Amino acid sequence: MGKLVRNALAMLVLMTALTGVAYPLVVTGLARLLFPAQADGSLVTREGKPVGSALIGQSFTDPKYFWGRPSATSPMADNAAASGGSNQGPTNPALTDAARQRIAALRAADPGNAAPVPVDLVTASGSGLDPDISPAAARYQVSRVARARGLPPDQVLALVEAHTRGRQFGVLGEPRVNVLGLNLALDALRKR
Amino acid sequence: MTANDCLQVGLFLAVLLLLVKPMGAYMARVFADAPNRVTRFGARAERGIYRLCGVDPAEDMGWKRYALAMLAFNVLGLLAVYALQRLQPWLPLNPQHFGAVSPDSAMNTAISFASNTNWQGYAGESTMSYLTQMLGLAVQNFLSAATGIAVLVAVVRGFVRRSAQGLGNFWVDLVRGTLYVLLPLSLLMALLLVSQGVVQNFKPYVDVPLVQASSYTETLKDAAGNARKDAAGHALTREVAVTAQTLPMGPAASQIAIKQLGTNGGGFFNANSAHPFENPTPFSNFVEMLAIFLIPGGLCLTFGHMVGDRRQGWALLATMLLIFVPLALGAVAAEQAGNPALHALAVDAHASALQAGGNMEGKETRFGIVSSGLFAAITTAASCGAVNAMHDSLTPLGGLVPMWLMQLGEVVFGGVGSGLYGMLAFAVVAVFIAGLMVGRTPEYLGKKIEAHEMKMASLAVLLPCALVVICTAVAVLVPAGVAGIANPGAHGFSEVLYAVSSASNNNGSAFGGLSANTPFWNVLLGLCMFFARFPLAIAMLAMAGSLAAKRHVPESAGTLPTHTPLFVVLLACVVIVVGALTFLPALALGPIAEYLMSGH
Repeated sequence: MGKLVRNALAMLVLMTALTGVAYPLVVTGLARLLFPAQADGSLVTREGKPVGSALIGQSFTDPKYFWGRPSATSPMADNAAASGGSNQGPTNPALTDAARQRIAALRAADPGNAAPVPVDLVTASGSGLDPDISPAAARYQVSRVARARGLPPDQVLALVEAHTRGRQFGVLGEPRVNVLGLNLALDALRKR
Repeated sequence: MTANDCLQVGLFLAVLLLLVKPMGAYMARVFADAPNRVTRFGARAERGIYRLCGVDPAEDMGWKRYALAMLAFNVLGLLAVYALQRLQPWLPLNPQHFGAVSPDSAMNTAISFASNTNWQGYAGESTMSYLTQMLGLAVQNFLSAATGIAVLVAVVRGFVRRSAQGLGNFWVDLVRGTLYVLLPLSLLMALLLVSQGVVQNFKPYVDVPLVQASSYTETLKDAAGNARKDAAGHALTREVAVTAQTLPMGPAASQIAIKQLGTNGGGFFNANSAHPFENPTPFSNFVEMLAIFLIPGGLCLTFGHMVGDRRQGWALLATMLLIFVPLALGAVAAEQAGNPALHALAVDAHASALQAGGNMEGKETRFGIVSSGLFAAITTAASCGAVNAMHDSLTPLGGLVPMWLMQLGEVVFGGVGSGLYGMLAFAVVAVFIAGLMVGRTPEYLGKKIEAHEMKMASLAVLLPCALVVICTAVAVLVPAGVAGIANPGAHGFSEVLYAVSSASNNNGSAFGGLSANTPFWNVLLGLCMFFARFPLAIAMLAMAGSLAAKRHVPESAGTLPTHTPLFVVLLACVVIVVGALTFLPALALGPIAEYLMSGH
């Protein structure tokens, strides 16, 4: 029995060194060599300064910006240091209330728009940090953003289409629009 | 379901079937008794490890010694994870200066990771230092997976060996599983994940200025933590400006790779595989789904190789697929149908070329419905427990599928190793039932199934069922259990049932609304996880020990062939009937009641 425990202890120490030290260090080294930008969080820069990550959603509430997925993180939306969803069940009245409020906010910012709201704009994402919205959700917001910025809707729509990514390899996942990328492009338009 | 939904499910199954065959053949070499190309390649490294640990690789262990070695190794690992969490403020690689984890939470997490469950009562990015994640959690991801594979290989040897005492050597099986299977696959997968955007570094969290500053309202609290009120009784609040976002960092890719491959499922971040840094693209998601099934699927075929009749392996794989595919399609269809409560509002939830539609609460846009529903079925069919959508927000029937897949005993693919030895217990029960029908002594793979084997197999089948039913009852009777419930009505009961089902079958996923990081839940679920993992493994080793000692009975006209479609259907029926009879009453109180009340 004593020998068995000594064997087990030695094996644990050795395997920890192998899988807990050597392995992550090798992965880190190779990642740094092959994919340095991704390994450090796919940061987006504007004028040389980081303004976020292409993969992490930011909260936009100003009518001149496209709004992203609702976020249930606490204490504020899109808190990247505390990811998570609402965890509200489908029959929870709080879920329906939240959806109703989100619809009201979208309608208030764009009174002329009576189209039904795409579902991803009224439901909280799983991570609370979803960087994307569906192309339908982006199109729904074109009229509001165009009016707030004094731009022709066609120009905003063209920008949305330029920022729409299809399914990966034509098959996987869903088409989507990166909200931060789109909004940065909008801001860049104004400066020109 | 849309055409693309079907296409993505079909593509997943096709690629899986292409990969499991070479995987199965390769692992058969890794665990073969005779030296071969694979084991000769790493022979020097292996010998070095055995010498350093004072292990004699030639020792052929009886089932008791094998079980003892397994238990000693896992209990030590468990203690190491506990110690790391309690001591992390004084240890290096803690850039965010996280404090020590509370004793009950640390115990729960230690059992959770040592038992391959990876139930998480804590939030990774705000609790665990990089050192704890690397040296504690990721190491157990490897070792608990390697333990599962080792026990499986020993159980299979029980069927293969004739009039033998030994089941092999636990240390050799453990080292080979880690060295030849888990490490190389993890390395490859980690790099694939980084290429898609999963972070891998040792930097402190990065603060970036926001493009649009915002603010939130904070309720002011006094020293005792109660809300402060003004003279009129209104709560005092203040506006807090938010001008920056804190991006979490860390050695995530290396841990996520093994978390998927080892069917562990413990997320580096709280949102698990829904987090864009943990699962950034549809392709990373596809790889993560494949990784969950790759080893459990491959092991079915490894089993066929080892028993000298590959059809036996394909039959078990077919049984698993027969149960899995309809349930997975059911989950996707339920999610695509969406939430009737929202349909009453001015919401567009129809699938089109421009959006996935359906029930998007708790889901990510890049995954939409099909990649989320399929992932939910895969992660619960296998005992992985990683999630890329919040299961608590699934539709009633969409949530019933993952819950029931766990309750079936995690034998539909199941955990690496543990899923297949669980399925072998069901196979023994199935041949026994068939034997009763025709009045013959049942046999499986040339071994007579007698009273002792039946006792051990029944124990393995019934232990998780009993844990789920009894502990759910305890949890809903005790105020401390009910206190954690977040959602009202039938869904609240589903949260409890899901949590206990998850822990008692070593899955680890959750209906996340349940506040389970309390002493009551940490202790209850910790016990469930421990007893579902180790006694079950020991029962299967005991069965294998007795089988190994038996003579081989030649096939006769009365032998039930166990590689035929008939047997596949019989086995699937046994799994489903046990699962249905045990859990239908409880499911009727949770997801089924919720479905009936939700206005369909």
